[in-house]
Amino acid sequence: MPTVNELQQMYEWMVTARHYEERLQEEYLEGKEPAFDISAGPIPGELHLAAGQEAAAAGVCAHLREADTVTGPHRPHHVAIAKGVDLERMTAEIFGRETGLCRGKGGHMHLFDPDVNFACSGIIAEGCPPAVGAAMAAKKRNTDDVAVAFLGEGAIDQGGFFESLNLAAVHDLPVLFVVEDNDWAISMPPERVTDVEYASERAGGFDMPGVRVEYDDAVAVYEAAEEAIGRARDGNGPTLLSVQVHRRMGHFMGDAQAYRPKSDVEFAKERDSIERMEAHLREAGVGDDEIESIRERAYQRVEDAIEWAKEQPEPDPETAYEDVFTEPAAGMHEPPAATGAPGGDE
Amino acid sequence: MAESEAAQEATGRELTMSRAMVEAIASEMEADEEVFVMGEDVADYGGIFDSTQGLLEQFGRDRIMDVPISETGFIGAAVGAAQAGMRPIAELMFVDFFGVTMDQIYNQMAKNTYMSGGSVSVPMVLMTAVGGTYNDAAQHSQTLYGTFAHLPGMKVVVPSNAYDAKGLMHRAIRADDPVVYMFHKRLMGLGWMPAPEGPKTPVPEDDYEIEFGEAAVKREGEDVTVVTLGLHVHRALEAAEDLADDVDVEVIDLRTLVPLDTEAVLDSVRKTGKLVVVDEDYRSFGVTGEIVARVAEEALDDLAAVERVAIPDVPIPYARPLEREVQPGVEDISRAVWAVHE
Repeated sequence: MPTVNELQQMYEWMVTARHYEERLQEEYLEGKEPAFDISAGPIPGELHLAAGQEAAAAGVCAHLREADTVTGPHRPHHVAIAKGVDLERMTAEIFGRETGLCRGKGGHMHLFDPDVNFACSGIIAEGCPPAVGAAMAAKKRNTDDVAVAFLGEGAIDQGGFFESLNLAAVHDLPVLFVVEDNDWAISMPPERVTDVEYASERAGGFDMPGVRVEYDDAVAVYEAAEEAIGRARDGNGPTLLSVQVHRRMGHFMGDAQAYRPKSDVEFAKERDSIERMEAHLREAGVGDDEIESIRERAYQRVEDAIEWAKEQPEPDPETAYEDVFTEPAAGMHEPPAATGAPGGDE
Repeated sequence: MAESEAAQEATGRELTMSRAMVEAIASEMEADEEVFVMGEDVADYGGIFDSTQGLLEQFGRDRIMDVPISETGFIGAAVGAAQAGMRPIAELMFVDFFGVTMDQIYNQMAKNTYMSGGSVSVPMVLMTAVGGTYNDAAQHSQTLYGTFAHLPGMKVVVPSNAYDAKGLMHRAIRADDPVVYMFHKRLMGLGWMPAPEGPKTPVPEDDYEIEFGEAAVKREGEDVTVVTLGLHVHRALEAAEDLADDVDVEVIDLRTLVPLDTEAVLDSVRKTGKLVVVDEDYRSFGVTGEIVARVAEEALDDLAAVERVAIPDVPIPYARPLEREVQPGVEDISRAVWAVHE
């Protein structure tokens, strides 16, 4: 059972993440309504929000240290928040600004914060192998650091996932695979594409424990992750953990979800992991005033991050040619010389 | 050309590029029970870029198959089904995802005919969405035209408009070889990603094929030849109109990279003597270099000046000013045309 401090910390991450996603949704849709044009509004590109998935990130990250590595998928914000990624610079990155985590080059699917060992990727299941590699480094260096790969249930049919499980298992690596099962791989429900009912069953073929948390209850996730991460730190190898979560929004912003029964959307909204967490706090003796003050602090932090991000400058176009290599090769990646303008004033 | 123009004039019906592709697929599926579609979100969703919109309702789940996120598995299965004589159409949602399945594409699909001494055919279509302009960053914005065209054994098709999209799709499904059908997201006519003027065209209701290896002269001109494909056909045409008072630009749409209509390019360069190649793929070791090399081999004496406009050799960045910087725009094309014209 988490301590009261841990409960409060998890709750703060969860309400921060929920408010963050709801506020990003508002910002993203500015200029995109009534006619949705992906190129309009203050936030560039696609946006995949994780409202309804907070419990998995909070319950797992409660056990992590800065030195532990986390890889996330294309729906990464809630995990990044719980891992301690700099919220202001992450937000600036999502708004495509110069002072963003990745100087405006990565965007919301490709966030990198090496200060807290967090990275994510837009390719399904492809965060798994690098997590295995981080665990390999920890083992070779005899630290007790661990690595955690977050992925969706749609990723458990992908080769990179299977190969990572095997590699982690055969070398007893300190890694935890966390499947956030939100019941939808874009438009595809698991029963149409996957031959196991629960992602945790995939562990059976790889000589590692497969654990399922049936409800998106951060405390239940905490307890399951406590055992798995303890096992990893003690040198006893990997675990596959599956957490039932809920996708409260579309796959990406702008997804009309015509494929999804309305009742399923309603169900996802009723299953509120944040209310569940508030009940845990009250049971632990935390008063409503304290809960409210955590919530207000979280909201303010989100508002401040968004406000700061929007004040940041856009990147200088010429920076597009930087950062291809750590050691730039002579003569490569310099801005093209101007060749004169049509109409001819050269 | 004259024939297709006549056909276009014969109908007043205009289709988006996605509707034209779907119409060709549906027609081939009605005619041949061995044609089927596999891909992620191709059934209920109708394809993330509308490439299979409405097909589930018409043909059912046995023939419009949602598949797990397992590209090696289902694209490899398409190879196997094709070798068994069926005509699968597999959709790779974004071409950028080829990395997780490239063995099935380039070592199996593309080589089995050759390695078998011609005894095995792989009559499948690998259709895939390409291109940027909407800030989807480095893992969802590439075209990779040159990558697929470089590796032998695949025919590579890149429609720029609805009329071509339908004819090329009919030809692709009927082909006895693997065809990589690369459609640009920005050209599809999606409600949420407005297309430029141009890709929506009149499309005949009847079936027709466009033969591979036949480029289209989209605009005739005497001064400068612009060779391009996909989205940049429309950008090149816009640049040509902008410059029309000063430079008479000819615009060639390659339409297929493998086979490549070298003759159409040479004919134009022999006339103009000035060549600009425009490509939304990376600059080095790609389409622009190949076109310039072929012209140098066959018509060096006719070539007075040459420019390339392409993505500089950087991954495609996210922020709007950065993507705009690396993505060839109308003004970049105009500048290159002006540079060879001077």
